[in-house]
Amino acid sequence: MSVFVDQSTKVIVQGLTGSQGKFHGLRNKAYGTQVVGGVTPGKGGQDVEGVPVFDSCEDAVRQTGANASFVAVPPKAAPDAILQAAAAGIPFVVCITEGIPAQDEARVFNVLLRDYPGTRLLGPNCPGIISPGKCNIGITPGEIAEPGGPVGIVSRSGTLTYQALYELKQKGIGVTTCVGIGGDPVPGTSFIDCLQAFEADPDTKAVIMFGEIGGSAEEEAAEFIAKEMSKPVVAYVAGVTAPPGKKMGHAGAIISGSKGTAQAKMDALRAAGVQVGLNPTEAGDLMAEVVKSL
Amino acid sequence: MDLFEYQGKQYFARFGIPVSPGDVADDVDTAVAVADRVGYPVVVKAQVQVGGRGKAGGIKLADDTESVRTHASNILGMDIRGHVVRRLWIERASDIEQEYYASFTLDRSAKKHLGMLSAQGGVEIEQVAETSPEAIAKLHIDPAEGLSENAAREWVQRAQLDPRATEGAVDILQKLYRCFVDGDCDLAEINPLILTPQGKVHALDAKVTLDDNAAFRHGEWEEFAGLTVRDPREELAHEKGLQYVGLDGTVGIIANGAGLAMSTCDVVNQVGGQPANFLDIGGGASAQVMANALEVINSDDKVKAIFINIFGGITRGEEVANGIVQALDQVALRAPIVIRLDGTNAEEGRAILAPHLSDRLRSKPTMLEAAREAVALASGGAAQ
Repeated sequence: MSVFVDQSTKVIVQGLTGSQGKFHGLRNKAYGTQVVGGVTPGKGGQDVEGVPVFDSCEDAVRQTGANASFVAVPPKAAPDAILQAAAAGIPFVVCITEGIPAQDEARVFNVLLRDYPGTRLLGPNCPGIISPGKCNIGITPGEIAEPGGPVGIVSRSGTLTYQALYELKQKGIGVTTCVGIGGDPVPGTSFIDCLQAFEADPDTKAVIMFGEIGGSAEEEAAEFIAKEMSKPVVAYVAGVTAPPGKKMGHAGAIISGSKGTAQAKMDALRAAGVQVGLNPTEAGDLMAEVVKSL
Repeated sequence: MDLFEYQGKQYFARFGIPVSPGDVADDVDTAVAVADRVGYPVVVKAQVQVGGRGKAGGIKLADDTESVRTHASNILGMDIRGHVVRRLWIERASDIEQEYYASFTLDRSAKKHLGMLSAQGGVEIEQVAETSPEAIAKLHIDPAEGLSENAAREWVQRAQLDPRATEGAVDILQKLYRCFVDGDCDLAEINPLILTPQGKVHALDAKVTLDDNAAFRHGEWEEFAGLTVRDPREELAHEKGLQYVGLDGTVGIIANGAGLAMSTCDVVNQVGGQPANFLDIGGGASAQVMANALEVINSDDKVKAIFINIFGGITRGEEVANGIVQALDQVALRAPIVIRLDGTNAEEGRAILAPHLSDRLRSKPTMLEAAREAVALASGGAAQ
């Protein structure tokens, strides 16, 4: 099994007629994902290499039975696109858009919570999600993911997500699902949401988690792991050398005062019984040991 | 983007938040003219983005034209903890009866807006938070609902401000919240928010951080840009559209993706080196982007070795390799390069680099090995 998405997931791409949406949407389709439609207001009736385009999410859902959406539109349009998908009853929305204003993100997150509790948002500014061999939504290169199990991956940063997949693939370790939650200040899906899903998934036997500086998501995850997780967790936290007060690329990756440092996060994770690697390779090695002992 | 105090006050004024009458001055004569216009006594304030201005002598009270002239000439050009004062803000001095603190920011953990209000203003709020956390009245606000007048009133009462300040504070807090939300601030802070003997409440300082992601809907922000003093390396990187943060070490770092770039800095540190910078070239790096990145790194004369760490995802290995080869022709590099190329089409990429490999361009199969090599080169030797 896998979490959030699998071979039965039917995906529509919001912004399929745009360059990003077309490129990544068709890549996802080529991977084997059921990409059943696209949404671009005013372009309903057209198609993109055989994938039908609809005017609205509501139309797309009605005609295709889609149960997931891939939002690949610019920052200005993304908040409305996410809410439109939710209003159409889509339970899983992946938004890769980078550069959405923090105020919009906070508002969208809380509107979803209040009005559309049945919709889970992944992202924004995330690489997406892949259940190897079954479904790939977003920009993850599918070929670096080893299908099967027993490991689940959750990561904040895009390229580090790939690095995690690659470390495991090189060791021949399969992945149930790999979730990139994104590096923005208000991610729709948190580490805890993913850890919870992996804990409940019978095929996931261990979890590898890649965090980074900023905020307190890793500390909160540590608390959850200590209390609720029976499965072993291996972690890595990027940004040991990051100076305070500077954004390290991601809007969310910033150390404020003494808060949000990599050291504090690693300490919290270790205290929760998590094995912490000092670099991605070391984390991969630690996971290989864990998998051997399963 | 962090605003200077005077910019913050101008921004506040757009949202109807009362501030003292005043204006900016870049020279002594202008300072005097502003002071004469707003009326004495005035406060002459250095405009620098660093704390401790008052202690450094960058804020002075002036009763007349002569003292404005004296203070303005003393403060202009003053070096306050590495920040040279180029601009003054002159405003009418206020009678202060009480000093409060008010701010709005995002609580990432709660995923709500967080308002903080305290009757103990005028000092660093971190100190208040440490010594007497109960003196800060916190309010979580649902971004989908906003701040109602009733909630603001209840909050002001909870913070135990002087009853004479209630109406003014309720009004200012609602306006400050609008400034925070509609004005796309990461932080909107007033410290101190004062109560005058006449019972008026107004903002005596302004600390505003704007969310750069929202610049597309704030054409008015253009007037704020260009005044922030940046590290010259960061200035060049910014011009080239690269995500760059200057550090103090000798190993120049280029990576694709923010997480990988951070991780690369860490690994260099772990094997005994010091990163000179964080540089993320982003996805789909073209030859030009790679050349730009190398140019920025090359402008840093502390750099003794360059570590290029690429994980080809959407970015393909052979494109990266072509980029590096082309960049080598465009930029005369002072330091040798160590490259680790992995992921999509890495084999093809390495094949392209193979004929160009030398003491000046080395390839290593893993992040750790490449980091060791780069660190050894930076410290004058070469790892085997």
